Amino acid sequence: MTQQGEIRFLTPQVKDNKPKKYCRFKKQGIKYVDYKNPEFLKKFLNEQGKILPRRITGTSLKFQRKVAQAVNKARQLALLPYVTDMLK
Amino acid sequence: MLNHYETVFILTPILSEQQAKDAVTKFCTLLEENGSQVAAREEWGMRRLAYPIEGKSSGLYVYLQFDCEPSVIATLETAFRRDERIMRFLTTKLDKYAYEYALRRMHKEEAQQ
Repeated sequence: MTQQGEIRFLTPQVKDNKPKKYCRFKKQGIKYVDYKNPEFLKKFLNEQGKILPRRITGTSLKFQRKVAQAVNKARQLALLPYVTDMLK
Repeated sequence: MLNHYETVFILTPILSEQQAKDAVTKFCTLLEENGSQVAAREEWGMRRLAYPIEGKSSGLYVYLQFDCEPSVIATLETAFRRDERIMRFLTTKLDKYAYEYALRRMHKEEAQQ
């Protein structure tokens, strides 16, 4: 018989221990996202060259918009491709 | 009221060295005539484009940072559109943080030279 204190659960209690996401711009105090530097912007693009959503990169809304504008300007200047297959 | 602007434009790669220099000086003088001073000027040289423009896959990038009256930008952009050596151009207005970044970049540039 299980002792009084021990409670058994039907489904195992999953503890998600993934690290807390943070906005790198706030943490490092970056104020301006430069569209002329494609290397930095590539961190926010996936393999096809599309902009990663906030839920994956964890950036705040204000800086996600700045990144999106910077990426669009870089694409206009052909520093970044609109669509590609192997970006990294 | 003088605003801060920066512009990046791409020259066709088939230009000779001399023609490329003329194109850049042409726009610098155009800005100076309209009462603006070109604060920074960088030539990134021949770079591969991420996608072909007008059938070419590389271009000469030039970066200009200047302060001028808002009305001058219209004349500058029509000059860009008329000049067939320019494949693409992008002028942006610099806000507080962008201007700070541009100044830091200029000092870093001077430090390297």
